[in-house]
Amino acid sequence: MSTVDYTKELTVIEGKPALRELDDLISKPLDTKPDKKFYIALAITLSMTGLFVIGLGLTFYYGIGTWGNNVPVGWAFDIVNFVFWVGIGHAGTLISAILFLFRQKWRTGIARFAEGMTIFALMTAGLFPLIHVGRPWLAGYLTPYPNQHSVWVNFTSPLLWDVFAVSTYLTVSLIFWYVGLIPDLATLRERTSHKIKKVIYSVFSLGWRFSNRHWQHYEMVYLILAGFATPLVLSVHTIVSFDFAVSVLPGWHTTIFPPYFVAGAVFSGFAMVQNVLIIVRKIFNYEHIITVDTLEKMNKIMLLTGSMVGYAYAMEFFIAWYSGVEAERFTFFNRALGPYAWSYWIMVTCNVVSPQLFWFKKIRRTIPVMFVIAIFVNIGMWFERFVIIVTSLSRDFLPSSWAYYKPTLVDAMILIGSFGFFFTWILLFTKALPVVSMAEVKAVVDGAQPSHTHGHGTVEKVP
Amino acid sequence: MDRNKFLYGLTGIFDSPDEITHAADEAVKEGFTKFDVNTPYPLHGMNKAMNLPPSKLGYVALIFGLSGTLGALLSLWWVSAVDYPIIVGGKPFFSFPAYIPVMFEVTVLSASIATVLAMLFFFFKLPNNSHPLNSTVYMKKVSADKYGIVIPANDPKFEETTVRIFLEKVHAKEITSQFWDEEEIYHKHKIFEPKFITFLIVAALITSATTYFSLNKLMFMVPFNWMMEQSKQNPQQLSKVFADGFGMRNPVDGTIARGFLPYEFKNRPELAGEKLVNPIPISKESLHLGQTKYDIYCIPCHGFNGDGNSRLRGQFPSPPSLHSEKNRTWTDGRIFAVITDGQNVMPSYSTQLNNDERWAVINYIRVLQRALNAKETDLK
Repeated sequence: MSTVDYTKELTVIEGKPALRELDDLISKPLDTKPDKKFYIALAITLSMTGLFVIGLGLTFYYGIGTWGNNVPVGWAFDIVNFVFWVGIGHAGTLISAILFLFRQKWRTGIARFAEGMTIFALMTAGLFPLIHVGRPWLAGYLTPYPNQHSVWVNFTSPLLWDVFAVSTYLTVSLIFWYVGLIPDLATLRERTSHKIKKVIYSVFSLGWRFSNRHWQHYEMVYLILAGFATPLVLSVHTIVSFDFAVSVLPGWHTTIFPPYFVAGAVFSGFAMVQNVLIIVRKIFNYEHIITVDTLEKMNKIMLLTGSMVGYAYAMEFFIAWYSGVEAERFTFFNRALGPYAWSYWIMVTCNVVSPQLFWFKKIRRTIPVMFVIAIFVNIGMWFERFVIIVTSLSRDFLPSSWAYYKPTLVDAMILIGSFGFFFTWILLFTKALPVVSMAEVKAVVDGAQPSHTHGHGTVEKVP
Repeated sequence: MDRNKFLYGLTGIFDSPDEITHAADEAVKEGFTKFDVNTPYPLHGMNKAMNLPPSKLGYVALIFGLSGTLGALLSLWWVSAVDYPIIVGGKPFFSFPAYIPVMFEVTVLSASIATVLAMLFFFFKLPNNSHPLNSTVYMKKVSADKYGIVIPANDPKFEETTVRIFLEKVHAKEITSQFWDEEEIYHKHKIFEPKFITFLIVAALITSATTYFSLNKLMFMVPFNWMMEQSKQNPQQLSKVFADGFGMRNPVDGTIARGFLPYEFKNRPELAGEKLVNPIPISKESLHLGQTKYDIYCIPCHGFNGDGNSRLRGQFPSPPSLHSEKNRTWTDGRIFAVITDGQNVMPSYSTQLNNDERWAVINYIRVLQRALNAKETDLK
């Protein structure tokens, strides 16, 4: 018999820490000098970023001929990386917006960090379409503006929708993130005795004073932003999938793409958040804020989205057979048994098989195991985009135009470098801003809310 | 210091959320309307306790969101159907389904930005770092783990002693009077402060210098390149490939340019008359071309009618009439030879008239000849 009492709300934050202790704990990385480990980590990521800079420099200087892209495979690592990084970003908005709408309180410990990751992932992702156009300094032509050429962009193209979707997503994520940061910056402003820090915090906290006449509107805006960000996050990967689905290439021309891409994005995003958070909670001693319960819930979401992705793979094969389209059938045979079969089976092993281990509670709660599985998921999701893009392009309708794609050293440098770029931002973020939202965490500590409202049963947050 | 003039209000601190909610309830009952509660995080039920009306920010989101949708729709229609109508994939110029993604994104973008800006700058009147409560002991506590109430001096019911008694009654701790900062109030921001002017000048200089550099210099440096500059050989350029250094090459020996077949009957007009055949049939177009060219190149000497009655008559040896028996019986090829090579004082017209034009002129001359020597049959 279960002895869980479902009438009581579960505790999100373990123990019953004093609010000031939470402040101290969360702002500790900001108040102390970085230690040796931080510098070692930063040295690694900066070296990787150096590779990025060299790879991009070579690309700019000699042109995209330095990449392995060939005639049928015109989209390769550049677009694979773009879709991968945009997908990583999706977990942040899912955690901060969708779980907020569902009143999942466990999100408070991880929301800020995941939102930060969204922004850094989008910054990384945004670089790829720009370098992919070959002359990135002319990328301004992508924006519709009245110009001396009397030319407008093509609003019926999914590639242009992408420009709008990704830039809107980045802007709204930044706003959402900043709105969440204002109270924390004000707390830091009042805490610090450092002169320069005080000026910086004052400027960015805008003189926030924790007034309940403000909190009321603030919560309203948070709700509105969450309400907008939810369809937005779904729309972004939908539109990214349109880049492929709207074309007529077998393997791309599929109506299942939008939900399949969104599920995959959430899947890979959660894996990345999981990986980074496991390290962060260990280094900064956030075990009580980012609890094993929280990690377990994230594993459940990965299990769900991983299964959805697995279903999509199966359904693609079924439709290829069921549609009776010969080219479509060939494409899927080719995926599983053709020259790129190795990448297909890496994808299936990592994305479909490995998350199924999360059915076991023991594995869901064992940190080293889930860390490894999350890494597998990240690898698998990168290969998913590789499989979709490269295998479909390399063998299309006309056998005479088939070609095998091989990445070059520059491709590899840019791929590794993009991880360096992303993790450099993450590292700087952990030292520059509170990685856990102080105001939100304090609000969900036991005893932080007036006791008499518990009698009403429901949460009276928004009038 | 005029104490009342600078008094902002009285603050009290509480330790638990229950106490502050109770205090807010009591403050409403006492009739305070401008009091405020400062808490490190939003408290459930505080809106009710403070008797606050619902937030109107939802309307801001609605209005700006709808304007975004409509604005996007209108601009997409104007761009794609009015200003720059291009057929894409055989779809109509106004393809509404294709506009939905962009319309959606613009809606979200405008609503989000407008709502946040309205909240921060319009509803909250932020930034406001000089607020008297900021950087006080009170704020230090309520920003971390305490709950505070403030009853400001501009509340209609405010009177220092009664407020103090009220705060004591609800068991507030650390009841403190908060004051405006005198310097802050009387501080005037001078626009013409030398520091500010220097800042403006430096900012303007840096902005214009970087803009000039990036647009006019940087964009023309390696690796930035433009399509008008390509690594190829242009005719008038120096060449490093060829020994003579010329970029432009001579054609291979014996090359004949299109339309410039060499004339084989030079100075052999009789042979030309025998061998050459007019390839241009008489037609309206060829006669029209012939008339045009004749009226340009031939009339100065031969006259409009071909009778030699021209404006050069008497100044030069008169040209023979084109209506003479000899001329009428010449073959087209014979006349062609005269136009091509010239004859007596008449120079060659081969540079002015190409082959087809010469034949067209000959066709026109035949018309002129026929007009003066019509046959019976022409009358029909």
